[in-house]
Amino acid sequence: MTNIRPEIKHHLTDPLLMAYSAGTLPEAFSLTVAAHVSMCDECRARLGSFDSVGGALIEQTEAEDVSEDTFAATMARIRAGGPRDAKPAPRTRSDVLPAPIHDYIGGGLDAVRWRHVGMGVKQAVLPTARDATARLLYIPAGAAVPDHGHRGTELTLVLQGAFVDEVDHFGPGDIEVANEDLDHTPVADIGADCICLAATDAPLRFRAMIPRLAQPFLRI
Amino acid sequence: MTTTNERRETENEDWVACIALIRDDGDERAFARLFAHFAPRVKGFLMRSGSDAAQAEETTQEVMATLWQKAHLFDPSRATAATWIFTIARNRKIDALRRQKRPEPEDLPWGQDPEPDQADVLALQQESDQLGTAIAALPEKQRVLIEKAYFGDLSHSEIAEQTGLPLGTIKSRIRLALDRLRHEMK
Repeated sequence: MTNIRPEIKHHLTDPLLMAYSAGTLPEAFSLTVAAHVSMCDECRARLGSFDSVGGALIEQTEAEDVSEDTFAATMARIRAGGPRDAKPAPRTRSDVLPAPIHDYIGGGLDAVRWRHVGMGVKQAVLPTARDATARLLYIPAGAAVPDHGHRGTELTLVLQGAFVDEVDHFGPGDIEVANEDLDHTPVADIGADCICLAATDAPLRFRAMIPRLAQPFLRI
Repeated sequence: MTTTNERRETENEDWVACIALIRDDGDERAFARLFAHFAPRVKGFLMRSGSDAAQAEETTQEVMATLWQKAHLFDPSRATAATWIFTIARNRKIDALRRQKRPEPEDLPWGQDPEPDQADVLALQQESDQLGTAIAALPEKQRVLIEKAYFGDLSHSEIAEQTGLPLGTIKSRIRLALDRLRHEMK
């Protein structure tokens, strides 16, 4: 495996890293966070610090008595479990796909079942829980992503190539965190076809969206 | 109080040694000490996260059994025992309460340091203790918000800017451990 890492300019936000550490993100978002962390040492270290907050909370949380036989029951579980887990084999990844995405596809890029969505753009929805959606996007060099207004949060992680929008230029490993305030038209860089992982919670997270949508009105 | 701090440090240092004893010798007495300290805390964490007592008890057993099974994967230069146990409990919680998978990042290509530097381990422990003290000292409102975020009462979009969390040193410490590992494994 090569250790040459892209220079990453766009990182995860603190609330996303904290929610991933806490384990409260929808699966599609967790997948995107895990994929970015696989590519980014900076966010790996930041995630480690949020895990440390979890450790501190475990230390500080009010202890609940466990029943008398819990220890014996745990030892019985351990004995029934047989020998210790072997050191896990390194997970499979490909040049473009970090292991978490590779796992969801069950193979590399050639195993992706693309569907055409127009203008040469292809997508493949990955099998996650339905509270948010994760899809791979394939955008030919120089093409624009078809209009996709986001009403919730959208995370877009570049895996290959690059795209440009009103915000900035996003290269391999970069992640764009967009909400409904951002109106953008991403265009793939002309250098190479662009492959991204995009996760959004908009269509199925109606309840969670209400407070956010109401905010501008409540302020009037 | 220095006595409390000193006691906490020795206790914590002990946890790393306990996990090494479990890993190397299958030492049940070391495991019993860890269990007495952490099992009630894990159960408390799970109950505050929405488990009922019976499920929390069951999940606590799974968490503690996982600790035994994975003792050889614990790297004390990158996480304290409490942090590592938190990550195991969190993963079990997602599995048990939300019935979702949790995609995990790749492990580092250069793996895990077989013999982490004792100074690194100690420094991480001290900085984690300082983080714990700092969290305990946060204004009530802020601390409650962080607890809610970790116990699952807040969605990611509801987690506001956490300006009160002093994460800088601990992040640098972990970053240093990663860099050192990368360098040594070249």
